[in-house]
Amino acid sequence: MVRLWRTPLDLDAVQRPRGKVFFIPARCKGCELCITYCPKNALALSDKLNEKGYHLPEFADPDACVACGLCEMICPEFAVYVEEVTEEAKSDE
Amino acid sequence: MTQLAQREIAETHPRDVLLRQDRLPHIWCPGCGLGIALNCFLGALMKSGLDLKKVAVVSGIGCAGRVAGYINLDSFHTTHGRAIPFATGLKLANPELKVVVFSGDGDLIAIGGNHFIHAARRNMDITVICVNNFNYGMTGGQLGPTTPTTAFTTTSPYGNREHPFNIPYLAAGSGAVYVARWTTLHVRRLERSMIEALQKKGFALVEVISPCPTLYGRRNKMPTGVEEMEYYRRKSVIRHGADPRDVEIRYEGEIVVGKFVDVEKPTFIDLLPNDNR
Amino acid sequence: MSNNGKGVLTGEFFMEGDVACAEGAIAAGCRFFAGYPITPATEIAERMARRLPQVGGVFIQMEDEMASMAAVLGASWGGAKSMTATSGPGFSLMMENLGLGIMTETPCVLVNVQRGGPSTGLPTAVGQGDVMQARWGSHGHYEIIALSPSSPQEFFDLTITAFNLSETYRVPVVILADEAVGHMTERVVIPPPEQVHTVDRRKPTVPPDEYLPYKAEGDGVPPMAVAGDGYHIHVTGLTHDERGYPAMNAEAQDRLIRRLVAKIRDNADDIIILTERDLDDAEVVVIAYGITARVSMLPIEMARREGIRVGLLKLVTVWPFPEKRLIELAGQVKAFVVPELNMGQIALEVQRVVGSRARTIPVPHPGGTVHDPKVILEAIRSAAQ
Repeated sequence: MVRLWRTPLDLDAVQRPRGKVFFIPARCKGCELCITYCPKNALALSDKLNEKGYHLPEFADPDACVACGLCEMICPEFAVYVEEVTEEAKSDE
Repeated sequence: MTQLAQREIAETHPRDVLLRQDRLPHIWCPGCGLGIALNCFLGALMKSGLDLKKVAVVSGIGCAGRVAGYINLDSFHTTHGRAIPFATGLKLANPELKVVVFSGDGDLIAIGGNHFIHAARRNMDITVICVNNFNYGMTGGQLGPTTPTTAFTTTSPYGNREHPFNIPYLAAGSGAVYVARWTTLHVRRLERSMIEALQKKGFALVEVISPCPTLYGRRNKMPTGVEEMEYYRRKSVIRHGADPRDVEIRYEGEIVVGKFVDVEKPTFIDLLPNDNR
Repeated sequence: MSNNGKGVLTGEFFMEGDVACAEGAIAAGCRFFAGYPITPATEIAERMARRLPQVGGVFIQMEDEMASMAAVLGASWGGAKSMTATSGPGFSLMMENLGLGIMTETPCVLVNVQRGGPSTGLPTAVGQGDVMQARWGSHGHYEIIALSPSSPQEFFDLTITAFNLSETYRVPVVILADEAVGHMTERVVIPPPEQVHTVDRRKPTVPPDEYLPYKAEGDGVPPMAVAGDGYHIHVTGLTHDERGYPAMNAEAQDRLIRRLVAKIRDNADDIIILTERDLDDAEVVVIAYGITARVSMLPIEMARREGIRVGLLKLVTVWPFPEKRLIELAGQVKAFVVPELNMGQIALEVQRVVGSRARTIPVPHPGGTVHDPKVILEAIRSAAQ
């Protein structure tokens, strides 16, 4: 682990990116690649099934998501994507 | 934050603009890597700066041969092994086109092997994406030209007794000016290599090592897409500039990935004997 | 790649058949050739290699005939009029992508300068054994157009016709030449550009979002957008619907195959070209094509001198088969004599069409050389009895 030798002056201004994961359930085939390779373990297998009978992933830990987009790239089905969430957007809710 | 915890349902995906949405979901099995390769390819196309009206995708036959049918660009699903010569004609008739061949290892390296080496030799100005899943998937999991020695397939029930092709070595030895290999786990690097290959003048090859859990993985101790991807995670080594001779993939062995060749050479079109290039 | 007249080598020449074919192609607007050397068709490739760069076209020598035919299809979808030329062994290898050309309705021309077969056979000697292969050589059921020249001049003319037919009906057109015509050198007249009639494929007139690439118009032929036109076409060798998308069911197969067959059969009257000689009073008709039609002239003349009322029906178009004309003639004549450099291919077709209405007398010959005119004369005599 790298330790910072000083506290960055703009620490308050820097924000960790946050993301929101979207699913297109009809396309999912339950391969679990998005869940397995999410670096933040933000996704989990749900007990919900889609119309073809595949277990769908769910966005289990939204706080963990940093909008890295790996789930979007690794999904072979074009069934998952991420949108980065801005603070403004959050405060609107 | 509680709203965010709910499942977020969407109808369309950011890549859909380049997909024939009316054909989704695609035909590939759960855990198959073809969708990932296609996903990275569409990302590469979007970031490449190419005029997408002038991009044509040509596929051969097999699971990877179906890629052309899902891309919402000019796309051609040709005969088994003949994607490269078809692409050659397309490119030469209209050199303004960026012509991409997207097909599988059986199609490009076995039945189409002769076309592959000759297009590389001529430095035909096409980008070739070769998805290698170590077997013939569409026909049910038979031995292919890339099946590692001792691997099990339906036509090597006692273990494969043949030596596989090392695709980067074959391409480099035949004259390809760009050769890279990634697995479907290396999505960002794969996308970057695809962008480079699309922007390269001449015969550019990207080999994509991809899971086929249903037909290859199941017979070789990796019955799911996740397990095949775990093999890639454990055994792949990034070695840019590696000598292509040294990147053969052995059964359960190391998978050397990276960019192996990136050189400049006049293309077939550069050398045409007329003033009409 | 336009046919601006530059390509037409107007003048009178002492020209080899194969060279005349290449000149015909260039005059027709052909700007792409992919091929592989093979006797006795190599001279076509050699001529194209020299001539295409002069007119803005591209020549490429491929690694084999499968690649050649694939490249020709690709070039057609790139917007070029394209051609390949080969002989029997290469023709066999091209059957695969000939099928793709038929299924995807790709205009192009495939020249087969026939030699003796099967297999390597007689590379430098004449044959006409590929007539049925031209008709049925690729798998599945289809209709095709095949033309057969009898002289270098006709080889030039018919190559233009072949391009025009392929552009009109969106079908690969085969030129069934033979070694004797391909290697024959004689007078060829190439007209001025304004007298060369050329046809270009119909383009879509609707915007991309309304375009259905495989929706046919009245003549059974769909307008053709090519790569780069902005129509985002999908083209597949799988059975497909009007959008061009794979459609794996019997209904789609029924619609597509019936249309592909009908666009040739229903337009057969416009496609078929026949040359008729002395048929008005004929009681015997010699049916021949290619070099054999020319060889038949002498025995026909000799028989006429003997008082036999014999004429010639030369099949310029071999496929589609001129069934209507044959049935008409069958009511008028005693017999058809069918000399050909194979063991009876068109003879069987004649028999099929005329049935018992007239006798069919095959005059088979395995090739290697042309018929002895006396053998044909003998057949005419026996037909007249």
